Amino acid sequence: MLLQQLINGIALGSTYALIALGYTMVYGIITLINFAHGEIFMAGAFVGLFLVTVLKFNVFLAMAGAMIFCMIMGVVIELIAYRPLRKSSRLSALISAIGVSIFLSTLALMVFGADAKGFPDTAFPVQQVKILGAEISTLQLLIIGVSALLMLALEFIVQKTKIGKAMRATSEDYNTAALMGINVNRIISFTFALGSSLAAAGGVLVGLLFNAVSFNMGLMAGLKAFSAAVLGGIGSIPGAMLGGLLLGVAEVMGVAAGYSSYRDAIAFAILVLVLLVKPTGLLGQKIQKKV
Amino acid sequence: MLIVENLSVNYKAIKALVNLSCRVEQGEIVALIGANGAGKTTTLNSISGIVPASAGRVVFEGEEITKTLPHLIVKKGISQVPEGRRVFAKMSVLENLEMGAYIRSDTKGIAQEMERIFHLFPRLAERKKQLAKTLSGGEQQMLAMGRALMSQPRLLLLDEPSMGLAPMLVEKIFEIIQEINKTGTTIMLVEQNAHMALSIANRAYVLETGQVVLEGEAKELAENPEVRKAYLGE
Ligand SMILES: Nc1ncnc2c1ncn2[C@@H]1O[C@H](COP(=O)(O)OP(=O)(O)OP(=O)(O)O)[C@@H](O)[C@H]1O
Ligand SMILES: [Mg+2]
Repeated sequence: MLLQQLINGIALGSTYALIALGYTMVYGIITLINFAHGEIFMAGAFVGLFLVTVLKFNVFLAMAGAMIFCMIMGVVIELIAYRPLRKSSRLSALISAIGVSIFLSTLALMVFGADAKGFPDTAFPVQQVKILGAEISTLQLLIIGVSALLMLALEFIVQKTKIGKAMRATSEDYNTAALMGINVNRIISFTFALGSSLAAAGGVLVGLLFNAVSFNMGLMAGLKAFSAAVLGGIGSIPGAMLGGLLLGVAEVMGVAAGYSSYRDAIAFAILVLVLLVKPTGLLGQKIQKKV
Repeated sequence: MLIVENLSVNYKAIKALVNLSCRVEQGEIVALIGANGAGKTTTLNSISGIVPASAGRVVFEGEEITKTLPHLIVKKGISQVPEGRRVFAKMSVLENLEMGAYIRSDTKGIAQEMERIFHLFPRLAERKKQLAKTLSGGEQQMLAMGRALMSQPRLLLLDEPSMGLAPMLVEKIFEIIQEINKTGTTIMLVEQNAHMALSIANRAYVLETGQVVLEGEAKELAENPEVRKAYLGE
């Protein structure tokens, strides 16, 4: 049932795309792989869960709350862990990012424990609908719909708004952007806020999809989304969207073809393949050294 | 208008500027000439706040700006056309100009400014929607200049506007620089093309290994035998 698998793949892939966007935008602007991005996604899932179970928010409000929380979290992480290292070597910032990542997942382990937690059944009524012979759950529709909406909004911000244009200018040429009167530090904060909020939405959606929120969920999802960003071409926003979707579909198809025990390996096999064959990814440009 | 006092800049172990002093008066065109690596770009970037000074100070309209951040220096009225144009290649001509007007929010004024720039560079008007990377070298230079003018600077820093352009185009660009100056913008011009630079400048400084070795009226420098030998190819 090809259509069925395709839709399953797109739903899963949308969540990868949402996370991958944060990797690619941050890389585009400061050439840093933000290793803590997966943990921001995890934090988003926990905040969403908290808002639904404790404060009885509906999923949409919970998602909005998680997005705002992670926006602030992303900005603060950049401020304290990356900005002081801006002029140091890339490696220092990368090590700092790995440190933040370990710190956050350990903190989550201490606060929430090792067991995965699920959303209550009432959080979102899941029903199956038949479309063209394929069984689709309302949850999958929610995931695809919300992701599409967020990505459209992102595309609008980046292409049409003043701050979005400044973001593109800064990612092309940091110093020249400053010569335009652009406060590049503010643009970098804004980029972290955008990327982190998308990851938070992804966290809530993934939490619902697998009905599991756990301290280490950021690791695997983060690595896969990173692979998606590389597949699409790191630094390219449309690339991250495409890479996420392709990876989701590939994973679901692989499982459907009987390789379910290799489920998590599929993304990494693709990552290695891309790095060997076309390191700039599908939509990426030549990798330029930034000054 | 601009006073640079005993400015020193180091890139790690390299001393790029050593105790450099110069000044620019309101309404002038001041040229900075010198060989490759003399420190011309470094001087402009230090004024713009892109590279930090290790000693000395920069004063603009009576206010010290030595440690001011680059984007705030633009707000104070200094704009730079960087060496090698550095247009935003993946953005359209229009978007490049919008970036030049980043510090402004008066929509009407920005639109008027853009009209003025299209009047100055009709080529840009024809290519509004094109990506900057599809422009020729000369058109990119025009775009970089137009972009810098969008913020209505009182002082315009130009870094080698003639670089890589055909002689005809160089003349055209220099005419436009004079035109910009006549409408009230003070100009600091860095050039390797000393001949052209001295022909339009009021005063000039000659730089060698990060130091000013000669300064004076542009006309006098153009007559100076040393300058003629070293920079005018005689
Ligand atoms: N980012 C940098 N890192 C290290 N050294 C640098 C850097 N930029 C410039 N320099 C050095 O500082 C000195 C002055 O360079 P600068 O670019 O200011 O010269 P210039 O007069 O503009 O030369 P050109 O005419 O070639 O543009 C040179 O010795 C150069 O090698
Ligand atoms: Mg130079």
